[in-house]
Amino acid sequence: MDTALHKTMAEAPAPWGRVRRSRYIADQALKVICTLFTLIGAAVLGWILLMLLVEGIGGLSADVFTQTTPGPGSTGGGIANALVGSLILTFLGIVVATPIGVLAGTYLAEYGKSSKLAEVIRFVNDILLAAPSILIGLFVYMLMVQPMGGYSGWAGGVALAIIAVPVIVRTTEDMLRLVPGSLREAGAALGAPMSTVIIKISWKAARAGMVTGVLLATARIAGETAPLLFTALNNNFWFNANLMGGVANLPVMIYQFALSPYENWRELAWAGALIITLSILALSVVARLLLRKDKVR
Amino acid sequence: MVALSQERVVSRMTSSVRRSTQPNFDRLFRWASLGSALLVLLVLAGIIGAMIYGGWPAFREFGFGFITSSVWNVNEDQYGAWVAIVGTLSTALIALVIGVPLSLGIAIFLTQFCPPWLKRPVATVIELLAAVPSIIYGMWGLFVFAPLFAQYIQVPVSSVVEGMPIVGTILYARTPSGVGVLTAGIILSFMIIPFIASITRDILDQIPSVLRESAYGIGCTTWEVVRNVLLPQAGVSIIGAIMLGLGRALGETMAVTFVIGNANRLSGSIFDPGSTIASRIANEFNEAIGLQLNALMALGCILFLVTFVVLVLARLLISRVKTA
Repeated sequence: MDTALHKTMAEAPAPWGRVRRSRYIADQALKVICTLFTLIGAAVLGWILLMLLVEGIGGLSADVFTQTTPGPGSTGGGIANALVGSLILTFLGIVVATPIGVLAGTYLAEYGKSSKLAEVIRFVNDILLAAPSILIGLFVYMLMVQPMGGYSGWAGGVALAIIAVPVIVRTTEDMLRLVPGSLREAGAALGAPMSTVIIKISWKAARAGMVTGVLLATARIAGETAPLLFTALNNNFWFNANLMGGVANLPVMIYQFALSPYENWRELAWAGALIITLSILALSVVARLLLRKDKVR
Repeated sequence: MVALSQERVVSRMTSSVRRSTQPNFDRLFRWASLGSALLVLLVLAGIIGAMIYGGWPAFREFGFGFITSSVWNVNEDQYGAWVAIVGTLSTALIALVIGVPLSLGIAIFLTQFCPPWLKRPVATVIELLAAVPSIIYGMWGLFVFAPLFAQYIQVPVSSVVEGMPIVGTILYARTPSGVGVLTAGIILSFMIIPFIASITRDILDQIPSVLRESAYGIGCTTWEVVRNVLLPQAGVSIIGAIMLGLGRALGETMAVTFVIGNANRLSGSIFDPGSTIASRIANEFNEAIGLQLNALMALGCILFLVTFVVLVLARLLISRVKTA
């Protein structure tokens, strides 16, 4: 409705006669500046993607997906170990984070509601959501790497999980709150215990939104570098089956290779950067589409 | 869709209710939920504890001087946080100076000027800026942005301001390599746009349209509506959004590590390389032993403290954006 109003304002004839000139100029200036700023924002994304395509696409070959990362000074090689390592670490993070995040979000929306404890947890969760990820890396270093005596994929997975949990908690709670109370009351009226009402009614009704939360969390942790630097580190070889010791992963591989003096390392870094960014952007877009289809927002 | 599945659910549910294990499961489920929620608190407590525990030896060794000393000498085991603190604050400040106008402009465009069909694509593009991994921003900053920045900004500006008082110091590049505090600030400003812009957009969207319509009704231009109705209405919430962006900028690691130059000394020029707390930790942590490790932990402790205060303020100022 207000856009219609705004349209009639904009379509008014060059309004010197009706509006003071300075007011008209200020208005037009705002419009131009805001449009320009939006274009700048979009241009940055476009520029980054263009850079990745230009630099990365040449390096994409079958070897990239089948060979392990090359040692210093050797030629060729690929990033197969880093790709698989990243998948494993991300998967590990999500597997740990999803039950915790969903249950905690459920507590906030269904049990705690506006109790003091729930308010505090909500507050803390919002802070963790924006806390610097490098600090989470330091925390897990103290928690796991030092006691266990070395870097490990498990520590990397836990660090990623800690970053993913707040995202899942937040979306789960938001989505559960959108489920109408009458649905729950209907379930309760049939004599269903609270857990049944939550699992079979609330979760079911909010399913799409909750899946979105998990997807967004996956997108968030898939590209995290800082927390892995001190936990999973990196490795030029296939990792141990028990995930002890350094585990190769894309972000840290990119960090180390991009700044290296070796031509083939830098090429692999660009290929990895292209792969990881496109996957994450695709994941984010899918998550958004999923949410839109369900028309919750 | 909800109504349909509801019937199915209810019929299935009535059969499951009769199972005798339900009361136990019900209690278990409740405790599991509460336990998970408490785990969130535990993580924050753990982070605080780990930082203090890890950084304690450095604080004990150097006392308050740890914060004010600008010496960071690994060979002599002398550590001070001042250079990194200044670097962190100045990059974050630059990020805000550039990022806030951009973000507000984008939020105003999305809510006031954008044709309805374009809203979703534009909003998605801006939000995707947050999805790009920080290491990619770093690569873009170092390999694409920095050379251009050196050639077209640093060199000409330096030659103009050379010898001038104050500006001649702040804007003079001794070695115009493109990396430095200002470059880091600019990259950070792009990275915080999605956070500030999308929250500001939500805030502006929540302002009742009646207010806007009445302003338009008495003949206000869009600028006047924004200036006199929307911004005052949004008020402190926008400051909250900015604080959230500040929190991000303070703790951002990888992108900054790529473009700040990782210098250990204090410089008067924002074109010169510097370092931030996060970049210092990222650079040195893996090779650090003994007191250096503690000093880096102590840096982390300071970073945590600063971001914690900023984020708490942000959270208090943004009356939680309601999704319902």
